[in-house]
Amino acid sequence: MSALLSVTDAHVAYGKVEAVRSVSLEVGTNEIVTIVGANGAGKTTLLSAIMGILPLKGRVAFAGQDLARLDIEDRVAMGLGLVPEHRELFVTMNVEDNLELGAFRIERSRAKSSIERVYALFPRLKERRKQLAGTLSGGEQQMLAMGRALMGEPKLLMLDEPSLGLAPIIVADIFRIITELRASGVSVLLVEQNAQAALKIADQAYVMELGEFVLSGKASDIAANERVAASYLGFQHEGESRI
Amino acid sequence: MNTTIMLFLVQDGITNGAIYALLGLALVLVFAVTRVILIPQGEFVTYGALTYASLAAGQMPGTGKLALALGIGAFVFDLFVARKALHARLILRSCITNIVLPAIVLALTLYFAAQKPPVPVCIALSLVIVAMIGVYLYRIAFQPLAHTSVLVLLIASVGVHLALQGLGLLFFGAEGQRGPAVLSGAFTAGALRFTGQSITVYAITIAFIVALWLFFGLTLYGKALRATAVNRLGARLAGIRTTLSGQIAFLLASVIGALSGIMIVPITTLYYDSGFLIGLKGFVAAIIGGLVSYPLTAVAALVVGIVEAFSSFYASNYKEVIVFMLLIPVLLLRSLAAPAVEEEKD
Repeated sequence: MSALLSVTDAHVAYGKVEAVRSVSLEVGTNEIVTIVGANGAGKTTLLSAIMGILPLKGRVAFAGQDLARLDIEDRVAMGLGLVPEHRELFVTMNVEDNLELGAFRIERSRAKSSIERVYALFPRLKERRKQLAGTLSGGEQQMLAMGRALMGEPKLLMLDEPSLGLAPIIVADIFRIITELRASGVSVLLVEQNAQAALKIADQAYVMELGEFVLSGKASDIAANERVAASYLGFQHEGESRI
Repeated sequence: MNTTIMLFLVQDGITNGAIYALLGLALVLVFAVTRVILIPQGEFVTYGALTYASLAAGQMPGTGKLALALGIGAFVFDLFVARKALHARLILRSCITNIVLPAIVLALTLYFAAQKPPVPVCIALSLVIVAMIGVYLYRIAFQPLAHTSVLVLLIASVGVHLALQGLGLLFFGAEGQRGPAVLSGAFTAGALRFTGQSITVYAITIAFIVALWLFFGLTLYGKALRATAVNRLGARLAGIRTTLSGQIAFLLASVIGALSGIMIVPITTLYYDSGFLIGLKGFVAAIIGGLVSYPLTAVAALVVGIVEAFSSFYASNYKEVIVFMLLIPVLLLRSLAAPAVEEEKD
């Protein structure tokens, strides 16, 4: 069976600066794939380009269809979802409206049941459903951003740094929910600086450095790799500084 | 001054202010959703008013043909953008909304214009014609520039305004027109005399504001419009097309403009270029509302109307100057109160 998302030889440039160089990756159905790497490695750029926010040279296919000529909105309608690093919520609108708009392309009757599913996944959102999105805490905003993306019934959800700036207990919660998503049939492409947590739940992993994938394979193998352990997991050898 | 005169002036001011409020709300809406400062709002007013007046006088307005011409332009733009992935459904849909629809309206207009149609028919046709012009203008002039800066959009907006004003002269001539009252008759309450027309203005303004409030608060499309205004990228990631939001915003703005024109033209003689000044006063109100606040804009519009009424009584030569001078203290206050804001990047 062919992969759900397949990116072949992708280049993304800001003007003359190539932020992503010759990158290929695949995400299968019911799979969590993670891209780990340091700040500035090009992870966010790659996700934005897959979503259609930035122009990409190379080939991106989703569910067997070439995405080259499709806008962001078309990709959303096909079942590709992105929770961006800055969440991009509708801050002056309440939680429920944010979620309802996430299902803008979905039939009204199905949206009603989706919202219950999202509330079941994030009970906190249900408690705050009349509260303005801008007044939520960081963790709740992250949950709302994920909930809004799930309202669009994605087949593949791309998460950009979902744990950034959140308290450890909430991070654990979010990672637990990501594994629940896989169980419910949503594939996840996870970009994380918190490599340890990401590698623990992922099936496949890619390590990105300076715009290129330097390593890829099964997440468990990557986690066991000495070089990765040294650079990203904080297991340092003597004399080396901790990242 | 005696109380009667004061009451008269206030009444006059509120009638005008109600119309500025509608225009100001439309300006805020269009700016929030598309970042376009809609200078041609005034042309929607004159086009609506003069189309209505021409139809009521049994003449064929040129705006019907303009709508068809712009529709053909919009169709060509649609085809050009989709040239690499054309399919029958897209062509058919674009053809129906951009060519068939204005053609039908043009045929209806031709048919009715010959026989001095009743007022409701004139109103309906004028609204539909101007609404189509608004939506096609967005497609042709603003949608291709949607990703550019506010300044570029403003320049396009000025260009559209000048073009429409020139076409207005061509369509309606240099002479002013007046239209029949939407609601005739009058009654007096104390010293004040309320004409049917001024009651119509209040009623329609209030109804429209309530309708807009319901639209934005309760409907999915209204919420989508707000979402686009709050966070354009977020809206796109939710699958809301920026172009759809832009079309709805322009549709509302052109309908509001045309409706305002239809409400004014029985009270005041309008010329092909009168809309600009009327639109600018809505703009003053919108600026006082910071181009974001709907309630503040509505209140400011009433103030603008009342100030205008009083200044035209006391210093009629300076009435425009006085109204526009309202901007200076407001801008001063705003610039002192607000921190420096950089233009939003997209």
